[in-house]
Order: sequence, then structure tokens, then C-alpha cells
Amino acid sequence: MSFRHLQDRSVKYFLLAGASVSIVVVVLIFAFLIREALPYMKSPGLGSFFSERWAPTSPLKAGYGLLPLVAGSAMVTILATLIAIPFGVCGAVYIAEIAGKRERELLKPFIEMIAAIPSVVLGFFGLVVLAPIVKSAFGLPTGLTGLTGAVLLAFMAVPTIMSISEDAIRNVPRSYLDASLALGANRVQTIFKIVVPAAMSGIIASIMLGMGRVVGETMAVIMVTGNAAQFRFTPLVQIRTMTATIAAEMGEVTNGSTHYQALFWVGIVLLFVTFCINLVALRVLRTYRRA
Amino acid sequence: MVITMPAAFTIERHGDPVEFKPKVVARHLSFYYGAVQALFDINLTIPENQVTALIGPSGCGKSTFLRTLNRMNDTIDGTRLEGKITIDNQDIYKNGTDVVTLRKRVGMVFQKSNPFPKSIFENIAYGPKIHGIRNKAVLEELVEQSLKRAGLWEEVKDRLHLNALDLSGGQQQRLCIARALAVDPEILLMDEPASALDPRATARIEDLISELRSDYTIVIVTHNMQQAARVSQYTAFFMEGRLVEFDDTEKLFTKPKEKQTEDYVTGRFG
Amino acid sequence: MSSLSERSALLALRLITYLVVCTVGFIVFDIVIKGIGVVNWSFLTTNPQGAAGGIFPAIVGTLYLVFGAIVVALPLGMASAIYLTEYAKQGRLTNTIRLAIVTLAGVPSIVFGLFGLGLFVLFFGFGTSILSGSLTLACMVLPTIIVSSEEALRAVPLALRDASLALGATKWETIRKSVLPYAIPGMMTGSILGIGRAAGETAPILLTVAAFSLPQLPRSVYDQVMALPYHLYVLATQFPNQDEARPTAYGTALVLLLLVLGLNTGAIVLRSHFRRRNKW
Repeated sequence: MSFRHLQDRSVKYFLLAGASVSIVVVVLIFAFLIREALPYMKSPGLGSFFSERWAPTSPLKAGYGLLPLVAGSAMVTILATLIAIPFGVCGAVYIAEIAGKRERELLKPFIEMIAAIPSVVLGFFGLVVLAPIVKSAFGLPTGLTGLTGAVLLAFMAVPTIMSISEDAIRNVPRSYLDASLALGANRVQTIFKIVVPAAMSGIIASIMLGMGRVVGETMAVIMVTGNAAQFRFTPLVQIRTMTATIAAEMGEVTNGSTHYQALFWVGIVLLFVTFCINLVALRVLRTYRRA
Repeated sequence: MVITMPAAFTIERHGDPVEFKPKVVARHLSFYYGAVQALFDINLTIPENQVTALIGPSGCGKSTFLRTLNRMNDTIDGTRLEGKITIDNQDIYKNGTDVVTLRKRVGMVFQKSNPFPKSIFENIAYGPKIHGIRNKAVLEELVEQSLKRAGLWEEVKDRLHLNALDLSGGQQQRLCIARALAVDPEILLMDEPASALDPRATARIEDLISELRSDYTIVIVTHNMQQAARVSQYTAFFMEGRLVEFDDTEKLFTKPKEKQTEDYVTGRFG
Repeated sequence: MSSLSERSALLALRLITYLVVCTVGFIVFDIVIKGIGVVNWSFLTTNPQGAAGGIFPAIVGTLYLVFGAIVVALPLGMASAIYLTEYAKQGRLTNTIRLAIVTLAGVPSIVFGLFGLGLFVLFFGFGTSILSGSLTLACMVLPTIIVSSEEALRAVPLALRDASLALGATKWETIRKSVLPYAIPGMMTGSILGIGRAAGETAPILLTVAAFSLPQLPRSVYDQVMALPYHLYVLATQFPNQDEARPTAYGTALVLLLLVLGLNTGAIVLRSHFRRRNKW
């Protein structure tokens, strides 16, 4: 076989090896999270997670209840998503259907820019500007609350929702619009009765992907939510998310200790949740792209 | 299945039997895109140094057939071929066939001109360079020769380093022909080479095809029956993946044997 | 069906959109205004002193980490993208690779941190070091680089590949000579976006490399470094005397913001430039 052919064949396997690295990394992520977390199952056992008390450093009796952390993450995520939806979807509608060509070309990179701002910078902004506002607005002892975190996270979810929804809206066939306009409906009616429903699966997928991003966000929440692990469902108190727990406590634990293992379990739960959200979102996205 | 290939074959031309050396022979050729069969048991012999036109309604398999001749269909996932194609009595689908060498022998010009976004010179030199020619003087000579053969030399000789995309559509297509000629093929496959061009540019391409006939075996796919009549000596009519009729071009257009051919060439269909 | 209600609805949509835009503007404005007074030559080139002083080691540390991540992730990402666009056939292997990339893109950054801690820091024994941090960041930016490189490769018309193959070029020759040259700018753009992301991330480096304060520069890849995002986090949350720490924090935030937005703007400008140039 000539050199050209030998090269041609070997390159393929070389590239395949490169492409397989992603699989290897994913497998290693699961493997190493489980490896570090596994001894916990023997003692104190997974049952200890179903408790309302997360106090791993308590000298009397350590508590490893994940419920307050899961509740904290869930509350911040849901609240952030609810805040982000109107902004993201309305912005997408505006950019896709109403803005002129030049306006759109200016707005889009601007929105993309939000996604580029490092979360620690947003967290810092939330800490020094947003938290005092929340504090005085609600007359609270501290501005570091679940709500502050949710507002900040909503801001981070907006670009994801906006750009994917915009894509979905622009993919709605022009003939639908024309049909509606020809029947005498005005633009706003057409947009909300025809275009948005037709793009609904794409919009839902965008919201889910935004949620996936919010659940996994660490720095912004750790800086503005106060980080008290409380099992209370109100946004105006300090809360603690799963991500913040890992980031804040991992630096101070002894490697291999029960607390260390518990934090890896938190990581596993987090990975599982984001994995499921993203998978469902992508499935929704795929069906709408096929349609 | 024993498939025999003829050493020579005769076709009537202007009423007299003429003997030709077969260049490309397809026997019992079937082709599949996944589960969809695109070609059904094609038997066709293409004579050397003649222009053979493939005509038929769109989707009839003429382009698919053309692309089996230089195995361009190999680049599409999930395709499968049955039967046999030989060029100069060599089976081109035999195991161990070097596709690269095959494609060097069988040049191809595509429907839409596809020059590389490089200079005119680099476009022509691309093939020779790949096949190992490094000498600058040799390359320059080759570029000039190829452009002359494609009738483009006079128009571009002063601006060989111009980006090929700045040429007009017709010039781009002749550049692509020149590029195919530069690797010195024996057969030239043309897939509707003039379909995107205006009438003047089309006429130039057609003249060029006639000039090239003495040196190359040319197979051209066209949806334009007048064009097939003007440039080709032989015509094959395809329909729904089957070869309906193959004959001397003049005869096929004036006295078709098959009803389907007659309907098509008289414009009652397609 | 009054046109007044229609017009007010359109106005509302516009207001909501521009509220988001103004918020971004306000955040950037706030950081620029409060940070600009702090950022000067000595701030950029001297060591920190407690909550005050410069941020030189953090800048250097971030550059090292980003460089390390790119050196690892760029070749892997480009190889993956070339494989997926040019070679991969429909099938289980390709689906698995695609699923892996999508999964990787969705992994929370703090989980990357845990993974880096478990694999690089502890299992491979690299310790908390530039090596561990860079490798962790590389895993994180890999999907960004793959996806945008794929997009760049797919933007090269199939006709060019056909032209090259029909001239008797092998597949690899075709890719190298008539696909890659036109895809490289797009691939670079995507990679810059990836770099921007790596430069601003805190959570993954928190557990794998970052030092709270480290006056001297690293001497090898096994050393710890300071990094801009982590330094900002520390300044904002770990100093009781915020009167002293806040200006430095604003300065750090500004430098980080400029670095990341600069990279992003550069990438976007580059992208539109090449889109205009390739006119096929």
C-alpha cells in the first residue's frame, strides 16, 4: 500500500481516537464521582440523606440531610426560571418578529454577551448592588436571600432562552404568518396566536436548557444566597444550594472523610438532575427540528 | 453470475454499422441508496472517444449512473451496488481497486461549477500536485496546456493569480473542465455541466465538448434534449432507474424503438 | 381590533427586550465606572498585599491556565469535529460520541471541579496545580470547541470536497487541502469563545488549582497559581474589611470582564469578517 493510502487510513483512526476522548471523559466523570462517593453507602448509608438537617461539621452529631440543599436548589431554579421566561420569550419574539434587520444584528451579539460575563462577576455585582436593593425593598435583615440568587440566575438564563426560542420562532414557516395576516389578524395577534404556539416545543426546550444552566450554576449563588442550609420554602431567607455547598465546603474537608464522600454524593445528584433536564430538552428540540 | 464483456461492438450510424472499442461496460448494474433502489439491472456499453449522452426525466437515475463510473457514490453513506462495471476490461468495483487511481483516470465536471476559493493557477495545479508533481516549470506548463484545451487560456493568461471565484459562471465551469483535464484523465464525466449557464456560455461549453471528443471518452448527463442532440453521438434514455433505450443519437431522437422514448423525446412526457 | 392595543403590545415587547439590554449595560457600566479608578499599571504588575495591592499573579495564573487548557483541548476538539463531520457514519459509535459531547456540555462546572479533584489531583497525584486545573478546564471547554468547529467544517460546501475527490485526492488530502483551510478561521472563532469561558470560570479551579494568595509566580506545572475569577471571589467574600477590599475587587472584576468580553468581541468580529469573505 502506498504512503498516501496508509496515511489516509491511519488518519481516520487517529481522529476517531480524538473523538473518543469525550466518551472517556464522561465515563471518567461518572466513575470518579462514584468512586469517591461509594464508601458512604456502607456507613452512614444513603438513608441518612433523607433528613432535613445538613450539618456535616457538627461536633455532637453530624447531619447529612440533603433535603435542605435539594430544596434550596429547586426553589432558586424554579423562581429564576419563572422570572426568566417572560424576558427570554418576549425578547425572542421581539428580536425574531418585530425588530428590523439592523436592530436585530445589534441586539443579538449584545444578548450573546450576557452569556459571556463570568458568573463570578455577576455574583460580585449581585453582592454589592442587588443584595442591598433586595434588603431595603423588603425590609430584611440581610439582602443575601434565595430571591437575590434567583434574580441573578434568571439573568443568566435569559440569553439561553432568548437565542434558542428566537431560532424556533424564526423557523415557523412564513406561510402561517401570511395566512393569519390575510385573514385580517394584526401582527400581535398573529404572533401570539400562531407563531408562538407553532414554536412552542422549541421554546420549551430553550426554557429547559436555561434551567439546566441555572441548576448547575455555582459562583453567582454562593455569593448572594447567604448559604444557610434551611429547610424552608420562602424566597426571602438565606438558602443554600447543592452547588454552593460543594464549592464552600470541599476546600475544608479531609479527603476521604464522610463529609468528603457526602459532598461527592451531592455532586452525583447534581449531575443526575442536569443530565436528565438536558436530555429531555434535547429530545424536545430534536422533535421540533424534525417537524 | 457470469458476466461477459464484449471486445468490440457495433452500432448503426447513419445507416451503416460502425464498430467501436467499448471503453466503459456496465452489466447487470443495480444500485441502492439504503433500502431504495435507484438503478435496475443496467446494461450499457459506452464507446471510446465518443460523446455519450444520458437523458431522462429528473430522478430517473442518470446522475446516479454517472457517479457509479468514478465511484463518487462511495462517498454517500449506506449505498450498495450489484453487478459489474469495467473500464478497459478492468472491474472498477473489484476488491482492492484503488479509487484514487480510478478517479484520476475518470475525471468529473459537476452541475454547479465548484472551483476552490483559490487562484486560477492553484485550481488547475491542485490535481497534479496531489499526484506528486512538484516541479514549478512542469506545473506551469500543465496549467497552460489545460487552460488552452478548455479554451480559457486567452481570457485568463494575464491573471492566473486571480481568485477563481471572481470569474464569470461560464468561465468557472470551463476552469473546472480544465482542472479535470490537468490530471490527464481518459474519461470525462459531465453532470449537466451547462444547466446553470446562459445560452452563450452554454454554446462555448458545447463547442468545447465536441473538441475534446477526439482525446477523451465523454459521458454527459443532460436534461436538455437539444443539447444531447447537438453534442453527442450516442444517447441512453433512462426512466425510473431503468435503461429504456440506447442508440445512435440521431436515431434515438428521430426513430425511437420504444414508446416511452418516443413520448419523452417528443415532449409528451417530462 | 384597535391598533392602539396592538401598538401598546409591541411597545411592551420592545420595553421588555430593552430592559434586559439596559441591565447588561448597567452591570458593565457599574463595574467599569467603579473599577477604572483602580486599574493602572502598578495594579496590573504588582503583587497583592492583603486585600489591597495589585493582581499580577492572578493575571499570570489565568493566562497559564487558559493556555494549558487550549493546548490540550484544541487538538482534541478539532480532531473530534473533523471525525464527526467528515468520517463518522450513522451508527452506535457516532451516537455515543454525540451523546457524550452533549452530556459534557451540560455538566455543571462545580462537578467538573469534583471530577478534576478526584482524577487529576488525587488519583494521578498531580496535586492542586496548574496541570490539574488546565486539564479540568480543557475537559470543560471541549464541547464548545467541538460544536463550533463542526459548524465551521459544515459551512464548507460539499461541492469542494466532491471536486477534490473527483480529481483523485484521497479523503485526508481533500480535508487537509480543500476543507480545513476554509474552516480554520471558524474553528478558531469557536475556540476563542471556549477560551473566554475557561478564563472566567471559578468553580472548576476552586478545587483543583487556585491559591488564595500566592506572592510568587509558579515555577512548574505542578505549582498552584492565583487566578482572576477566584481572586475576585476571595476579595468579595473573604475579607471582613470590605472598605479596603471592595476597590480592589472592582478593579479585578473590570480586568476579568475586559479579558472575557474582549475575547468574545474579537471572536464575533472575526466570525463576521470571515463570513463576508467566504462568498460561495
